[in-house]
Amino acid sequence: MIVDSYRFLPRSFRPIYEDPQPDGIDPVWTPFEKRLSESRIALLTSSGMYLEGSQDSFDLERERAEPTWGDPTFRAILAPMEAIGLAHLHISHDDILSDPNIALPVDRLAEAAANGVIGEVAPQHVSVMGFQGASLEGWREMAAPGIIDLLHRDAVDGLILAPV
Amino acid sequence: MPVLARWIEAAGIPTVVVTMMPDLATKLFTPRTVGVEFPFGHPFGLPHDAVMQNRVLDEALHVLAGADRFGTRVDIDLEWPIPRKEAYKAWQPPEPSPITKWWIERNMLSR
Repeated sequence: MIVDSYRFLPRSFRPIYEDPQPDGIDPVWTPFEKRLSESRIALLTSSGMYLEGSQDSFDLERERAEPTWGDPTFRAILAPMEAIGLAHLHISHDDILSDPNIALPVDRLAEAAANGVIGEVAPQHVSVMGFQGASLEGWREMAAPGIIDLLHRDAVDGLILAPV
Repeated sequence: MPVLARWIEAAGIPTVVVTMMPDLATKLFTPRTVGVEFPFGHPFGLPHDAVMQNRVLDEALHVLAGADRFGTRVDIDLEWPIPRKEAYKAWQPPEPSPITKWWIERNMLSR
């Protein structure tokens, strides 16, 4: 089966996504060399998730004032996720707030570790707000180096990214 | 998101992208892609459906650890159990996003 990438997209949005400009076309590849059952796995969501009470929201006020701008910062998401907030103006929040696992499947990953499918869950996961508007420079200059540093410090063996 | 995957992969950490738009991920040269035909906001499936979420996570782990070449794409053969019209409405924000309003004001969306 081939997934229809446009099944749930408004028809008027389709041209925006059909001809994207790649940042690079060279193959980037890091072989996954360890056994999965001995590996430490982390997750990354683009849902604008943050920990309420201990972290700031992503900046939605500036996005409302400057619609072609999106907050390029990131949040480290540590378990347990007792109170999560979502800052994302492009999707409904209802289902993710009802069960964050549909965007950041921390409970399913913990089960995979308990069942020996993976070695262990990384000590923290990562959240960004996926709408970046006209420029990827914020992500390139700030978020990406910070995320890479965090993943290296946590000795993460593999990352699952899930855009919303 | 594909661009983040590329940068992180280039820094030495293997990545897989689980996405509702695998065509887009492929065009942006994502190293490993798992496609799901789900409404936006739901890359791992329905809330409180651990079976469905596990199916997607297992495939992601399998592709992450098992793919042998750049550009590997695996699509998951799962149909969204809610009628399309209903699901199409349900994933959208309560009001159009700022960029959507901006596009509409400038007649930038096709009809």
